[in-house]
Amino acid sequence: MSSQEIFAQNLLAKDPIHLEGLKTWNGSDPLLRYAVYRNNVIVSLIDALADTFPVTLALVGGDFFRAMARAFIQEHPPKSRVLAWVGEDFPYFISKFPHAYSLPYLADVAQLEMNRINAYHAADVPTLKINAFNILISKPQILPSLKLKLHPSLSLIHSSHAVFSIWAAHHGKFDFSSIDICEAETALIFRNGLNVETLRVTSAEGYFIQHLLSSMGSIESATNQATLYDSMFDVSGIVTLLIEKQLITKYLEE
Amino acid sequence: MHSSSHIDLHPIGASLPLRAGIGLKTMHFSQILETLPDVGFFEIHAENYMVDGGPYHHYLTRIRDHYPLSVHGVALSIGGEDQLDMSHLNALRRLLDRYQPESFSEHLAWSSHSDVFLNDLLPLPYTAKTLQRVCDHIDQTQHHLKRKMLLENPATYVEFVESSMSETEFIDEVVNRTGCGLLLDINNVYVSSINHGRDPHNYIKALPLNQVDEIHLAGYHTQADSNGALLLIDHHGAPISNAVWELYDFTLRLTGKVATLIERDNNVPTLHMLATEALIADVHLRNARGDESTPTLLMEQAS
Repeated sequence: MSSQEIFAQNLLAKDPIHLEGLKTWNGSDPLLRYAVYRNNVIVSLIDALADTFPVTLALVGGDFFRAMARAFIQEHPPKSRVLAWVGEDFPYFISKFPHAYSLPYLADVAQLEMNRINAYHAADVPTLKINAFNILISKPQILPSLKLKLHPSLSLIHSSHAVFSIWAAHHGKFDFSSIDICEAETALIFRNGLNVETLRVTSAEGYFIQHLLSSMGSIESATNQATLYDSMFDVSGIVTLLIEKQLITKYLEE
Repeated sequence: MHSSSHIDLHPIGASLPLRAGIGLKTMHFSQILETLPDVGFFEIHAENYMVDGGPYHHYLTRIRDHYPLSVHGVALSIGGEDQLDMSHLNALRRLLDRYQPESFSEHLAWSSHSDVFLNDLLPLPYTAKTLQRVCDHIDQTQHHLKRKMLLENPATYVEFVESSMSETEFIDEVVNRTGCGLLLDINNVYVSSINHGRDPHNYIKALPLNQVDEIHLAGYHTQADSNGALLLIDHHGAPISNAVWELYDFTLRLTGKVATLIERDNNVPTLHMLATEALIADVHLRNARGDESTPTLLMEQAS
C-alpha cells in the first residue's frame, strides 16, 4: 500500500490505524498533527451537508444531524468533487438509518431539500412567456392534444407524510403543532427566475406532472393518468400554474 | 509526457491587474452588482461553478462583465497518485472557455484518492517520483486547458520521512520543468514555517520569485502540538495577521507589485469589510516598487 493510500484511508476511518512515514520537526506526535487533516475532511463534509439540509438539521438537532452525517460520509465516502452534490445519496441513507426510524418523514424532507439544490443549479433553458399561450384562448380545443416540455429544474416529491407542511413550518408558513404528519402530501419544486419555489399540489396533479416529465405525453394522456388517482381531477389548475410560473419550455401540437 | 513547450501556454494580454482582489461569495452577489466596489478582481473556486445554470452563473456572468476574474481550483488533485480525472479537467475547460478568466490556479496538494473526494488539500512527500508525477499532471492540465496555470504552495501540518528535497526545491523544479507560474500564498508560507520550524523569509527567498503571478493573503487560527509548540491552521476564517502583512511587504520588496487576493472562506464578513482589507493590501502594493523601476526579477521573467 502506498503512503498516500494509507494517508487517505485513515482520513475517514472511524479508528485510525498506526501511520508510518510521517515526521515533525520538533519530535512532537505526528498523529496529533495528522488529526488536523482528519478533522478538516470530516468537518468540512459535515458542514457541506448541514448547508444542503438545514430543515433536516433543525428537525433532529445539530448533534444528531452531525452524527448521522458523519456515519453517512464514513460509510459512503463522497465521489463528487462538487460540494453541492455531496449529499445526493443522503436522503436514501436517512431512510435506512436505524436511529431515524422514529422520524419516518425525515428522508422525504431531506429529499425535498436536495431537490431544491438541484433546482437552484439546474440548466438555464428559456421558457415560454404567458402570451405564448394566447392560442389557447382562440383555439381551446387543441389543449388536450398539446405535448408539454417542462423546465429541467422541476421535480416532485410524493410522500406518505406531510413533507411539504413540515418543511414549510420551518420557514414560518405553518404552525408545526397543527400538522398531521401522517397526511400524505405531494410537493412541487422548481426554479422561477432565480428563486427556487416549493408548492404543495394534490397527488393527482403530481402524477399529471410526473407523466409529462417522464414521457412528454400529451395533456390528455397525463390527465388520464391523474384521473386514475382522483376521478374528480381538474387539469385547469395545474396547467395554469405551469404557465404562470413559466415552467413550460416548449409545446407541440400532436 | 514531458514538458517541452513554455510557449503557446501564455494567453496574450490577459493578466490580473497589479492590485488587490477578493473572493466572490454568494451572499455578496447582488450587492456587488448594485455597488460595484473598487476592488482589483474577483476570484472564484472553480468547483462551485461546475453546475449547469441558475443564480451562480447568472451573477458570475454579470460580475465578470465588470471585473477581471481569477479561477482557483481546489479539487483537481494534482499531487494525487491517481491519474487526473478527465471529466473534472473537461469541466474546468468548459468553465475557463465560458468565462475567459485572466488567471487559473491550482494547488500543490491532493484531494481525491481512488475516486473518493476528501475535500481538503492534503500533503505529499517531495521525492523524484512525486516530482515527476506532479510535473506530468501539470503538463497534462496546461495542454488540456491550453493555458498556463499557477501552482499554489501548500499549508501543511506534517512532513514525510521519505522526502528527499525541500518544498522550495520541489516547487522550483516544477516551475522550471512545466513552465507553470507560482501562486505564492503568504499565509501558507507562514503557517508551514511555524509548523515545521523554518524561517519564512528564507523559504520565500528560495522560491522562483520571478514566476510569481499572484499572491494570496489569509488568516489562520492557532492550536498546539503534543509538545505544546504552536501549530497554525490554515483556516481562511480570520483577518490577516500582522506577521503575514510583514511577510507580504518583505515579498513585495523582492517581486515588485503582484496581483493579491484577500482570501476568506469561513466567517465571511460583509462585502465592505472584505473590500476594506483589499484597500489595505492596495496601500502595501502602492508602496512596493512598480514595473518601471528596473526590476531585475521582472526583466528575467521577460527574457
